[in-house]
Amino acid sequence: MAVAQAKQDALAARLAGLSLPQGGWSAPARAEAQARLASMGLPGKRDEYWRYTDPTTLTAAQPTPAALFDAGDETPLFDGIDRVRLVFVDGVFDPTQSDDPVAAGVEFLSAGADIHWAQGLYGVLEARGQSPVARPLAALNTAAATEGVLIHVTGRAARPINLIYLHKSESSDAILHHCVKLAPGAELTLLENGPAAARFNKVLEVEVADGARFHHIRAQGRDHERRAVTHIFARLGTGSLFKSFTLTANGVLTRNEAVLELTGDDAVAHVAGAAVGDGDFHHDDTVFVTHAAERCESRQVFKKVLKNGAVGVFQGKILVQPGAQKTDGYQISQSLLLDETSQFLAKPELEIYADDVKCSHGSTSGAIDETALYYLRSRGVPLRQAQSLLVLAFLAEAIGEIEDEAIAEDIRARLEAWLGRHGA
Amino acid sequence: MLEINNLHVKLEEDDKVILKGVNLTVEAGKVHAIMGPNGSGKSTLSYVLSGRDGYEVTDGSATLDGVELLEMEPEERAAAGLFLAFQYPVEIPGVGNMTFLRTAVNAQRKARGQEEMSAGEFLKVVREKAKALKIDAEMMKRPVNVGFSGGEKKRNEILQMAMLEPKMCILDETDSGLDVDAMKLVADGVNALRDAGRAFLVITHYQRLLDHIKPDVVHIMADGRIVKTGGPELALEVENNGYADILAEVL
Repeated sequence: MAVAQAKQDALAARLAGLSLPQGGWSAPARAEAQARLASMGLPGKRDEYWRYTDPTTLTAAQPTPAALFDAGDETPLFDGIDRVRLVFVDGVFDPTQSDDPVAAGVEFLSAGADIHWAQGLYGVLEARGQSPVARPLAALNTAAATEGVLIHVTGRAARPINLIYLHKSESSDAILHHCVKLAPGAELTLLENGPAAARFNKVLEVEVADGARFHHIRAQGRDHERRAVTHIFARLGTGSLFKSFTLTANGVLTRNEAVLELTGDDAVAHVAGAAVGDGDFHHDDTVFVTHAAERCESRQVFKKVLKNGAVGVFQGKILVQPGAQKTDGYQISQSLLLDETSQFLAKPELEIYADDVKCSHGSTSGAIDETALYYLRSRGVPLRQAQSLLVLAFLAEAIGEIEDEAIAEDIRARLEAWLGRHGA
Repeated sequence: MLEINNLHVKLEEDDKVILKGVNLTVEAGKVHAIMGPNGSGKSTLSYVLSGRDGYEVTDGSATLDGVELLEMEPEERAAAGLFLAFQYPVEIPGVGNMTFLRTAVNAQRKARGQEEMSAGEFLKVVREKAKALKIDAEMMKRPVNVGFSGGEKKRNEILQMAMLEPKMCILDETDSGLDVDAMKLVADGVNALRDAGRAFLVITHYQRLLDHIKPDVVHIMADGRIVKTGGPELALEVENNGYADILAEVL
């Protein structure tokens, strides 16, 4: 189908604002991505997949400026975790603030070689993820990313790798593309935190080989006006495990897509998110899980706390392909609406082509439980503390997807701090 | 200790008048029981005293040691020493029972200007009190009241009471849903807390709880008022003859 002229123009304007990388090992993948992009065009407001989230500011030629968030003297997230810190400032790696990437086995997208292991991964999972639903902003990322990490894990990584995204310029426009390849039996924890830029487009491609384990925990920055579109593309081998958790607090626009493909038997994929928004906040979780093998388990757990007109979106799908018997799929999306002006829009979907599967899904919106609030207060817990307890309780199932207790505790503390600032 | 004067209360929503002039004085060290037929206003009285939403006080007062309760927030009433053991304890998924108890204990200490209890000290005290109520460690780990049996919920209320050490304890039909053994356990828990500085208001339909928690004074409530007050023998009279005779006599 021909792309409408308006979309072509928008794409041309967007590309004109970028300096596309030339040459190197990733050149063929970038060229293919650009061709995909040309055939899709950038997403528009009328696209079904963007029905609940207006992509205009994500596709515009220039980013909308975003003021910086002042966290005061707050302890940085994950500070107590022994980890490898790699810092990006407005999307540009800053070696002076970072630990030694070489010692941690981390390479960069800008690696000059003509041949690289990441050729089998860069843009490959993204391209697979373009069907049945187009994800043009991910193709744009593959074509245009200038920075990102390439991590090939062959054993059990000694320490988590922490990508820290600082936002210093109010009009920055960052595009990062990371590739993580886990060899059979390997294990890695990847931590990400920070707002990154006024506008941030990030792709993470993860190949989880047989028996490998990947843990991903991220906290998106709290700059109120920042905008972000992120994609995770993961392919899971036999008996492998993938677990991803995202905390989103603030952000005028966030679209987090996760495209997970369970291609080996007995694989486990969990993707979870806790989002808290007050006022001008629009958060969209879009998830597509494909079961293409037997006895795999997938869980989607998404919880949102919304107040003062904040908007939450969930589009989640479980696709069970023919032959993917004994699939165990679970999907829950819930919102806690703290007032009547906030809204939650959910579109849960199941598409099943195997006859011996277990799939469940649920979606709810509700207010804070007044009876529970009264009960807590009757025991002497002050109103705001009681509300915080109930909000954290609501989010508990999502946070429970984080296996490492110290990391989970950090996330909880960050949430409590947010609740303290926002009076709920 | 607790002094209720001419208390008039209606439901906020449909203007229905529930309490029509309750007068009641509970002295320190005493156990008062309130009995009465369904719909007489017993539970409403307990909710109004603890500060639940949905009720409007149209007249009267309720003071605890001379301080007006009705103008306080529920958490302030708790910090002032009031405790209500709920007829239907509330389930709170996602909040661990232990976390809940510790938060409550420390919130009250903070409100009273006392130091918070350390984790170690708290654990020691809670274990000891839980043991007496046959509440095991597993129950403490579970979310508040979630998946608890009726008896477990009521024992959990008494544990909260024992930990918070209120001076004015209101028990709202704590015997409902309990078998004989569980009732004995709950009563033992309550009796262990009886002392000269603490008072109890026990709301019940039945005499049998009062066999275990011996009241000093028994009140009969009907149609939003205390209509008769007497000694423990009044509860026996109700048990034997029902409310009809008493009500016929006073109304």
